[in-house]
Amino acid sequence: MNEKLQKIKEDALEKIRTAQDMNALNDIRVSVLGKKGVLTEIMKSMKTIPPKDRPAFGKLVNSTREEIEANMEQMKKDLAQRARKLQLRSEVIDVTLPAKRNSLGHLHPNSIALEEVERIFVGMGYEVIDGPEIEKDYYNFEALNIPANHPAKDEQDTFYITKDLLLRTQTSGVQVHTMEKEKLPIRMIAPGRVFRADELDATHSPVFHQIEGLVIDKNVTFADLKGTLAEFARQLFGEGTRVKFRPHHFPFTEPSAEMDVTCFKCGGKGCRVCKGEGWIEILGCGMVHPHVLEMSGIDPNEYQGFAFGVGLERIAMLKYEIDDMHNMYENDIRFLKQF
Amino acid sequence: MRTSLKWIKDLVPGIRDMGPQEYMDAMTLSGSKGEFFTEMDKNLDKIVIGVIDKIEKHPDADHLVICQVNVGAGEDMQIVTGAPNVFKGAMVPVVLDGGRVAGGHDGSTPPENGIKIKKGKLRGVVSNGMMCSIEELGSSRDMYPDAPENGIYIFRGRDDLKPGDDAVKALGLDDAIVEYEITSNRVDCFSIIGIAREAAATFGSPLQLPVVDKTGNDEDVNDFIKVEVKDPDLCPRYTARVCRNIKIGPSPEWMQRRLAAQGIRPINNIVDITNYVMEEFGQPMHAYDLSTIDGGKIIVRRAQDGEKYTTLDGQEHILDSSVLMICDDKEPIGIAGIMGGENSMITNDVEAVLFEAACFNGTNIRLSGKKLGMHTDAQAKFEKGLDPNLASQAIDRACQLVELLGCGEVVGGMVDVYPAPKKPWDIPFQPDRINHLLGTDISPEQMIRYFEKIDLSYDKERNVVKIPTFRQDLLGCADLAEEAARFYGYANIPETLPSGQTTSGGISFEERVNNAAKETARFCGFSEAMTFSFESPKVFDRLNLDADDPLRRAITIANPQGEDYSIMRTLPLNGILQSLSRNYNRRNKDVRLFEMARIYLAEELPPTDYPDERTQFTLGFYGKGDFYTMKGVCEEFLERVGMKDIVTYDPQAGKNYLHPGRQAAIIYDGETIGYLGEVHPDVCDAYDIRTRVYIAVIDMPKIYAKASFDRLFTGIAKHPAVSRDISMVVPRQILAGQIEEVIRENGGHILEGYALFDIYEGEQIKEGYKSLAYTITFRANDRTLEDKEVNVVMDRILFGLEKLGIELRK
Repeated sequence: MNEKLQKIKEDALEKIRTAQDMNALNDIRVSVLGKKGVLTEIMKSMKTIPPKDRPAFGKLVNSTREEIEANMEQMKKDLAQRARKLQLRSEVIDVTLPAKRNSLGHLHPNSIALEEVERIFVGMGYEVIDGPEIEKDYYNFEALNIPANHPAKDEQDTFYITKDLLLRTQTSGVQVHTMEKEKLPIRMIAPGRVFRADELDATHSPVFHQIEGLVIDKNVTFADLKGTLAEFARQLFGEGTRVKFRPHHFPFTEPSAEMDVTCFKCGGKGCRVCKGEGWIEILGCGMVHPHVLEMSGIDPNEYQGFAFGVGLERIAMLKYEIDDMHNMYENDIRFLKQF
Repeated sequence: MRTSLKWIKDLVPGIRDMGPQEYMDAMTLSGSKGEFFTEMDKNLDKIVIGVIDKIEKHPDADHLVICQVNVGAGEDMQIVTGAPNVFKGAMVPVVLDGGRVAGGHDGSTPPENGIKIKKGKLRGVVSNGMMCSIEELGSSRDMYPDAPENGIYIFRGRDDLKPGDDAVKALGLDDAIVEYEITSNRVDCFSIIGIAREAAATFGSPLQLPVVDKTGNDEDVNDFIKVEVKDPDLCPRYTARVCRNIKIGPSPEWMQRRLAAQGIRPINNIVDITNYVMEEFGQPMHAYDLSTIDGGKIIVRRAQDGEKYTTLDGQEHILDSSVLMICDDKEPIGIAGIMGGENSMITNDVEAVLFEAACFNGTNIRLSGKKLGMHTDAQAKFEKGLDPNLASQAIDRACQLVELLGCGEVVGGMVDVYPAPKKPWDIPFQPDRINHLLGTDISPEQMIRYFEKIDLSYDKERNVVKIPTFRQDLLGCADLAEEAARFYGYANIPETLPSGQTTSGGISFEERVNNAAKETARFCGFSEAMTFSFESPKVFDRLNLDADDPLRRAITIANPQGEDYSIMRTLPLNGILQSLSRNYNRRNKDVRLFEMARIYLAEELPPTDYPDERTQFTLGFYGKGDFYTMKGVCEEFLERVGMKDIVTYDPQAGKNYLHPGRQAAIIYDGETIGYLGEVHPDVCDAYDIRTRVYIAVIDMPKIYAKASFDRLFTGIAKHPAVSRDISMVVPRQILAGQIEEVIRENGGHILEGYALFDIYEGEQIKEGYKSLAYTITFRANDRTLEDKEVNVVMDRILFGLEKLGIELRK
């Protein structure tokens, strides 16, 4: 019997070793360990063995079964591994084939530039404020120290609706609304559409965007104006950006200035973008004129502040090197896709 | 404003050796912004004075001559020329071998880098250089009236020159013209003296102004002329002087050169004097022929309505009473501040001249100029509002020049009608306040030094700064602060950040909602367009609007740039459709665009108050996708802004510009918040788009009222859902929305959701019907649902559906 058991074991182990797949392994399990398997059969022949030998034989059968089962288990793992390997090998793809993309849309360069500007000023504690595009003459001009018949009114080539209503030529009117309505201190920017009677050409559009800024508090100084706008320029155009303030004139600020930044393309050496000057004019600014404060109901003896105005198209066109204003309002998808 | 740099240097000798770039940069930083400069001698190189010693005929060419020219080099230089005007002894500009001239002698546009001159042979004869015409030197006969029409420039009466001298200098071409952007508040800087004063202050160098001496003989001007100003509000000051025994002739070289550098063509001594004084002082002047002034009287008065007058340029104008005229006893002799008349113009045989230097109301001159369509130099100066005290200085200067040039005899005295003389005023000196405004620490003494540089004087006793009348822009402490800052240097003011109470900042709720819309559109493949806010009224026809559609009641621009930009849009579609059309016709495929911009609605026209500006979220596309794609985008957006209730769609949206069977009003919470649909094929045709276009418009103010970014977690269901499929045969006119409404109304609180999973029309379904199949899901939060419970609800739903004429498919 022992030899027979030995033979069964050797046969079974040999078959396991050479099994090619799970099915073969399963067949072996059935034929050896199954209800009608050879090992089960041999257990059944126990009664032909003398009783004193039975425990020993029983042990032997069990250990044989365990050994076969262990081998079978190991082989199962091996086969599974082999099968996974085969599967992976058969599933190689060409990773250089084209991607399947969800075609996302693109924001207008004006919007992207505005987001940048808003991010910078919101980070400095500014509120973003909205104002009307159809504005009263008072807010667009008079309250900004531009009285009737002032030549500045002509320079801006205003579109009028009626004698008192016009398409705002500047976002500066929002300054006045804000000073009239909001609590002090004020830190705000007001982006929006403005309108001037310019023909659409490479650098002008009758519809364009500005961002107005206003800070009013008890101790706000021209030095604060410089520091704030220099920080703005560095965040917008890069750490190495230098700024230059030149005296200028706006009816609603005094002292007034224009700010130039070092050309972010050439760093100030002079190139096509800065027309060889190394500097680019970016914005107008100044300390809010005491008369403007007064007209808006703020005591100029107690409060002072600064204001600035930036052209959004100017920033977007410079930053993204867009050379023709037409692009900004044609909405050709080949243009928009680049942002 | 432009100035000859040489003229400025003559008034500010301390900067004699400064280059134009350095000059312009420094002036810009102190407030007189230089835009650019042009060096008149940019392309002039190796050009000297030569004197022709000998002229011979060229052996082989009839039109050429051979000149031996003394250029101060010891030996004569041989030059061959075709110029007809050379003669022995002529003093000429000569460009030496290897030198450069600005252009050709035909006066055509000169090349960027000039023309190099080399020695060579002309018809076999050696020529070692070239004699120059004025055009070759980069100028013109306009600026050098003494230059010949065709030929070499010849110096006459220039005993100061000798062969070999610098000819560029001799011609006054060693100059640079600086162009400034002067802001409207600095009226005083529209003059040589004004700019020179700024230059002197900028460079800390003394200013040497022309000294105007007393002029005039024993006669009294009042015996020659009387002046009456009838409208002193339009003419605050009128001065007049008379010069007799006028000898008209060319003005001297130095005056011609300065005028030419300023871009003014020299004409004759009297005209040149008036122009010279205008440039120098910024005060326009006019010279009348005294003999043409009837009754020896000047009357300054308004024109009569309909009065006709011919100005000295030969143009006839029809005037009205807003235009101020200079008249004699009988008739007008000039339009005040704008242009003199043909009838009083000085001619070559003028005997006596009346000089006028006046101050007119700037606004009135501006409006008159506009009305008459005229733009003269004088007008441009008056428009800015001149200092009336300039007039007497300028007229005395003119008379001084008449004496200096020897072109007439000045009559003593001045007629000066100046009822309310303008006097200097004071501004309290508050150095602490100036420093507080600037954020600086400039000492009061330093500030005073800055002020004195620009002729503001400090009165210590009264602690005030005295403002001269030419600085009309200085009225308060902030103005003084700017003067101090300019000369302290804007660059030297520190850079700090505002201190004080901190503010939180941020964007408004509305902008957050707008941003969410833009973000959703972008994720759904739409790119952002920006289009104009105004458009043509023809847009309404293109969009198929009824003749009486209220949207045609648009706000009109009173002074538009043509009809195409004449009304404020009342609906946002034109911009998007135009943009889509442009893309379509440029053969761009599958284009999706959106815009976030306003429409403008007014209760009454023309509006008397702020109109309703409504932000519209407009989407449009052609190419891949259909109506339901657009519907999906709208729903994604509503969900994004927290509007998660049921959205319903009313096919009766009533939009003429949309396909009548493919449009819907979007209804949320019982309110129409927008609409979507396929663009009507007629409208597509009108926009030249040969494919289907889908649009959606969402009225953002409605969204702001309903949107929310608050979120609340409601748990994840623990108990299983039960789902039932129903398949129905439905009369074709019944909408899926109606079926869903029945499900919602009867589903009770255990209804979790429903989904259409099949829709079919055609064979196997009877005529006039369609087949729809829904899966309906039920769930309770607290227990596993039992069939019985679900059956009750399902029966209710089915009963409701049957009432609509819907049959259940078995």
